[in-house]
Amino acid sequence: MLRPAERNAPSSPRFEPWTQPGNTPFIRVQGVSKAFGGEPAVTGANLDIYKGELFSLLGGSGCGKTTLLRLIAGFEVPDDGRILIDGIDMTGVPPYERPVNMVFQSYALFPHMSVERNIAFGLRQERMPRKEMNERVSQALDLLRLTPLSSRRPDQLSGGQRQRVALARALVKHPKVLLLDEPLAALDKKLRENTQFELVNIQERVGITFILVTHDQEEAMTMSTRIGIMNEGYIEQVGTPREIYEFPGTRFVADFIGAANMFGGVILRLDEQGAAIQAPDIETEVEVAHAGAGVAGMPVTVMVRPEKVRISKTAPKNQDTNRTEGTVVEIGYLGDMSIFHVRLDSGKVMQASQLNLHQDAEQKITWEDRVHLSWHPSNAVMLTL
Amino acid sequence: MKLPRSLRLFTVLAFGYAFLYGPIFLLVIYSFNESKLVTVWSGFSVKWYGELLHNEKLLEAAWLSLKIAFVSATLATIFGTMAALVLDRFGRFRGRTLLSGMIAAPLVMPEVITGLAMLLLFVALETMIGWPAGRGQTTITIAHVTFSMAFVAIVVQSRLRHMDRSLEEAAQDLGARPLKVFFVITLPIIAPSLVAGWLLGFTLSLDDLVIASFVSGPGSTTLPMVVFSSVRLGVSPQINALATVIIVTVAVCITLAGKLMTLKDDGRKPKRS
Amino acid sequence: MKTNGLVARIQGKPDRWKERWGQRLVAAVPMGWLLVFFLAPFLFVLKIAFSESRLGIPPYQPLLEWVDGAVLQLQFNLANFGFFLEDPLYAAAYLSSLKMAAVSTLICLMIGYPMAYSITKVRQPWRNVLLMLVILPFWTSFLIRVYAWIGILKNEGLLNNFLMWVGVIDQPLPLLHSPFAVYVGIVYSYLPFMILPLYATLERMDLTLREAAQDLGCRPWEVMLKITLPLSLPGIIAGSMLVFIPAAGEFVIPDLLGGSNVLMIGKVLWNEFFLNRDWPLASAVAVVMLVLLLVPFMLFQHYQARQDEAEAR
Repeated sequence: MLRPAERNAPSSPRFEPWTQPGNTPFIRVQGVSKAFGGEPAVTGANLDIYKGELFSLLGGSGCGKTTLLRLIAGFEVPDDGRILIDGIDMTGVPPYERPVNMVFQSYALFPHMSVERNIAFGLRQERMPRKEMNERVSQALDLLRLTPLSSRRPDQLSGGQRQRVALARALVKHPKVLLLDEPLAALDKKLRENTQFELVNIQERVGITFILVTHDQEEAMTMSTRIGIMNEGYIEQVGTPREIYEFPGTRFVADFIGAANMFGGVILRLDEQGAAIQAPDIETEVEVAHAGAGVAGMPVTVMVRPEKVRISKTAPKNQDTNRTEGTVVEIGYLGDMSIFHVRLDSGKVMQASQLNLHQDAEQKITWEDRVHLSWHPSNAVMLTL
Repeated sequence: MKLPRSLRLFTVLAFGYAFLYGPIFLLVIYSFNESKLVTVWSGFSVKWYGELLHNEKLLEAAWLSLKIAFVSATLATIFGTMAALVLDRFGRFRGRTLLSGMIAAPLVMPEVITGLAMLLLFVALETMIGWPAGRGQTTITIAHVTFSMAFVAIVVQSRLRHMDRSLEEAAQDLGARPLKVFFVITLPIIAPSLVAGWLLGFTLSLDDLVIASFVSGPGSTTLPMVVFSSVRLGVSPQINALATVIIVTVAVCITLAGKLMTLKDDGRKPKRS
Repeated sequence: MKTNGLVARIQGKPDRWKERWGQRLVAAVPMGWLLVFFLAPFLFVLKIAFSESRLGIPPYQPLLEWVDGAVLQLQFNLANFGFFLEDPLYAAAYLSSLKMAAVSTLICLMIGYPMAYSITKVRQPWRNVLLMLVILPFWTSFLIRVYAWIGILKNEGLLNNFLMWVGVIDQPLPLLHSPFAVYVGIVYSYLPFMILPLYATLERMDLTLREAAQDLGCRPWEVMLKITLPLSLPGIIAGSMLVFIPAAGEFVIPDLLGGSNVLMIGKVLWNEFFLNRDWPLASAVAVVMLVLLLVPFMLFQHYQARQDEAEAR
């Protein structure tokens, strides 16, 4: 289950710089496009990221998220558009002169150098005085609990330790932005979950803006202040984890994040309160509280999350919209909850999930049962894209 | 009856390696033969090694060969590494196909053709610009650099290809300029392949008869040329002794180089799961 | 818009320019060396192949000549190539070279494939040792390895002595100075060149493919024929060309082991050059040899490039 964490990042109880109109974004990606051999990787990307954010770029493989990250790092030159960091145009600035550091997916630890020399490498390039450098390095070693390992070589470290060295090596430079390319992908599940929280902790402590690339939606949801969902080179939606989950902007986002029931329909009426939609799969009229722009007669998609769907053997009282009936064809028991696949009379299969609150449910729903499905208008979303 | 798999495997390998090593072992054994007739065993002796040490002509040729091999291997390693970098790191550019063709061609080109072609070039250069004046150590060295660098390039290129590119990017990301990245990161990581390439160039140069015969001049006789003219006259126990010295030296060098090459899989691309 | 990107690149900091010029310099050195000392020589071979032989130093007529100090005369001489038609010796030498190289390549393949395959089946620390042992003889002197066979193959050599001692024969077999000796020499010298690329492709091959084929009902020999062999084709081609091309122009082996009984073109070229001192004719021999080897070389280059790409992935 996805539980979008409400994050109370730096200082203020609610860290939402993007809601304050006076704030200038720290990193601005403006109309950036990049193609490789005619094959577009990123198309017209626009993105504003604020100081102190932990921003995630989320998408499947080949969606362009890594390319966008590499464009920000300076390893790729955009075909079009520009990238500003702290108000400075980064176009034409090589990676070694950008105030940006990266944690690579493979960690890219220099195999012929000790942990300490790996971490000091970036500071040496700045020709920092030895005393200051040693101080900074030992701080970084301390922050990431690496002090006892400082003289080891990368091949003598475990996966989690390598990850921490890579992080220390980038953080010690005090970059304006830290880029992380799938930093947790190489770790096993248990370690990954612990490291997620550790990363967030570190980010809050050092106050550096993080941009993280991941294909793991759970990772993005738990860690990020905001998420940018990418698909086929386009940024589909940018928002907080809650916004992305509860109010997806497009069918792709709705489908990509969590599970979604989607059915096509036509708008009957539309006003400030919401919309009424005629959907062939659903017996009654469908009311949606969260509707965007549209006109009557326009084809749209209605999305309801499975956990928002009530499932019962008896018909819900006092409700003559947003309900339908069907037969249970499949039950997925996940321990904390169960997922019911219900075939409607139209043939469409809808999912409804229910928490298993008691060890034995009194009113057990089982295969072939005739059930009623219903949901509240405020729990459904109308999608036009 | 069908042999078990492991036995079949063993048989194949045993025969294969016997074929590869049998002649060399016989050669070594008979270098300790007392008789002048190489193939008739008459008793153990190291006298041929002693004679080897007093063969002025042979020693002189060996010294020349070593000098040429040292210089040509060193130059070939530098140029070959550059070529490997160009082929592996510079992406597609005009002339890439030409360069990769010129790297691949010396690997297979019959030596008589390379030798003849080189000689004709040197003769033409001499008549046109007066350099190189005459033929000898310089021309042999140039010829050896040319074909050795192809071998070096192949060896280094394969190492570069297996190197994790993000190591270089990480160094750049941390503020190192491209030239510095090369010397501080790339070079140490590919160093074992440079050593292997150098050794390869060294032995190739030391071993070359045909090309050296074409491009050498009077007074510059290399070791293989001496060996060849002596072998043409028939089998001689001194050559057996010389062969043994060469084989032992090479075996020691190669074992060391092999240790270096397989010492660590440093900086390899991570295995994708 | 594309132009924006271009402008951005041009406006890029001078560092990027420096980088680019640095790259050009690095590329120019090996490129220049090979152009001058590897490619240019072939132009001279071509040029001299068309000029007339003469006594003197250098022993050929220039192609271009000032006649009476005014008219530039191009003397294009095809006589050297005419030799090939007049004297059947040359055609025979080419054919015999190609045949001997082809047969040797086939034998190398037949010995090398099972060996390479077997090496991939051996467990790790030993696999590297075995591979090293394949490479090792290739590093020891080629000349000496050929020489070793003289002692084995000659009339009073080790093999004949052994066979007579066992009693299989009572007269020594004339093994040395025969095509047989040349085959042995070529196979022996070039076997590592066959094994190494074969091993490289076989080792990289996904083992589960073979397992999948067996799982789908292939017998072991069918797996070999339908999966392993086709997938190792690039290695087979690379190895075969690494043996075939240099073997076709081999001089040392036919000279030392074949004697006067074996005709190979490398030897013809050597003799034209060193004994008859006919540089133009030797060049013409080389030109024809190059033309004959061009197709195998292109094949080699093509598969090499493909293998490079496969490895880069």
